[in-house]
Amino acid sequence: MSTRANGGNGPLALAFHTVVTVFILAPLVVVVLVSFSDKGFISMPFNGASLRWYQEIINAPELLSGFLLSIRLGLTAATLAAALAIPAALAIARHRFVGRDGLMAFLMSPMMIPHVVLGIAFLRFFSVMDWTGSFAALVLVHALIVMPFSLRLTLAALFGMERDAENAARSLGASRLVAFRRILLPLILPGVAGGWVLAFIQSFDDVTMTIFVATPGMTTLPVALYNRITQLSDPVTTSVSTIMIIGTIIFMFALDRIVGLDKVLIGKK
Amino acid sequence: MVKSNLRQSLAPWLLSMPAFVLFLGLLAVPMALTAILSFNAFDGMRGIQPGFSLTNYISILADSYYYELFLRTSAMALGVTVICIIIGVPETLILARMRPSLQGIFFVVILGPLLISVVVRTLGWQILLSRQGAVNSILLGLHLVNRPVQLLFSITGVIIGLTHVLLPFMIIAIWTALQRLDGQVVHAAQSLGAGPLTTFRRVTLPQLLPGILSGAIIVFTLSASAFATPAIIGGRRVKVVTTAIYDEFLNSMNWPLGAAISVLLLIGIVFVVVGSNKLIERKFKQVFA
Repeated sequence: MSTRANGGNGPLALAFHTVVTVFILAPLVVVVLVSFSDKGFISMPFNGASLRWYQEIINAPELLSGFLLSIRLGLTAATLAAALAIPAALAIARHRFVGRDGLMAFLMSPMMIPHVVLGIAFLRFFSVMDWTGSFAALVLVHALIVMPFSLRLTLAALFGMERDAENAARSLGASRLVAFRRILLPLILPGVAGGWVLAFIQSFDDVTMTIFVATPGMTTLPVALYNRITQLSDPVTTSVSTIMIIGTIIFMFALDRIVGLDKVLIGKK
Repeated sequence: MVKSNLRQSLAPWLLSMPAFVLFLGLLAVPMALTAILSFNAFDGMRGIQPGFSLTNYISILADSYYYELFLRTSAMALGVTVICIIIGVPETLILARMRPSLQGIFFVVILGPLLISVVVRTLGWQILLSRQGAVNSILLGLHLVNRPVQLLFSITGVIIGLTHVLLPFMIIAIWTALQRLDGQVVHAAQSLGAGPLTTFRRVTLPQLLPGILSGAIIVFTLSASAFATPAIIGGRRVKVVTTAIYDEFLNSMNWPLGAAISVLLLIGIVFVVVGSNKLIERKFKQVFA
């Protein structure tokens, strides 16, 4: 880094940095703290801590079933997105064809369109097709909205790799399919896996689009949590949120080990 | 030979076919249906009326309520964008000057929350911003205010929450521009006698501007299309475009009107993105060249 040549940060800069860090962490810390309170309302655990709000989760069946649905949905949608993104990324990275830029823009467009607009479009579409409340339909639209993440990381892996090994395999007589399965796929696997984890997180966390297509029997965890937060304020929401924060941190470690967190967060580098 | 050429030219289409079909069927078709829906009339008794009519658009354009709605949403998005720039620029420069080990840690601390559910992060702000919450305690403790400030269900509260949600995007955009910054120029400015402030204003900032602007576009559009944060912190009292769309679809059940508002939101966002990109290209041709 060239700018480091300017020297380190002065006291003012460090004070500013501390304030920003507190700002970023405060809402997360407060959620975790409140979840250990022993009071029946939102309060800090300093005058009495307990795990009662973790036991209370059992009495919130919609959060439990939402959790299971979100896991199932995330797993299938991320896998489907990866399965579609790998060949599409190969087409975009390896071929020059008419409409290549258009295809890329089309496949990345769910990131551009406001999720509220996607949500109502799917709501209308599901009602026309009579797909309302269908798990398969939910998987398809989730795969669609997480596809850009999968595609971006797979493309970055394809652009960053050397083609020597693959060319050698092909010249030694390996078929296209064998070369793909034995050489190419292992080489781009970190990118694909990173894209999968990121897609899973995005699917698991989506609330804005999903809230429009969720039905009473088909409500994901963030939507159930949103409904509960807007209807009543009890600390169960904080204990569930704490579990979600811990789960995300575990996934972040996984992402860091697979592709490097900076690559995922900052994009292709 | 001809056959292999044909295969070669068909290959990209065959490879991208599954994704393309999914996007055609589940993105293009639903979006087209929504556009059509926005031109259908709505009757409280009989529901959605087929046929082309401009009723929804006319009733939006004739009602000052919707002007206020779009104005409030733009003002909120602009406020979030400006605050993200004010915090993001110095914070990114500070991160860039850190030791690599510390830098790694604070990257995770500051950008990691991007991966945590927006509902969870907003719940944290709901607790912090309440009348008895930590923010009010600090304000009272520092004697900045005499009685608790109404932050929950206020646009200020929504802006605070959204700034928290979207600041990482701004930092990422500025960081990307910073990577392209030529350290030699900074050195040259300093060795020619420019002070730190002049160096920043005349050398560093102009080179960061493309990054700041692309971050601003991202933050502005994501603020204008955010739903969970304005809905939880703003509640019914601070209506924005997205929460109004939600109400039309899931409470009033006037889908055609909701679709028309959505179409206008989408047009507005496309307009902002394309317009700013044009501006950036024109203004910063020399930077990118």
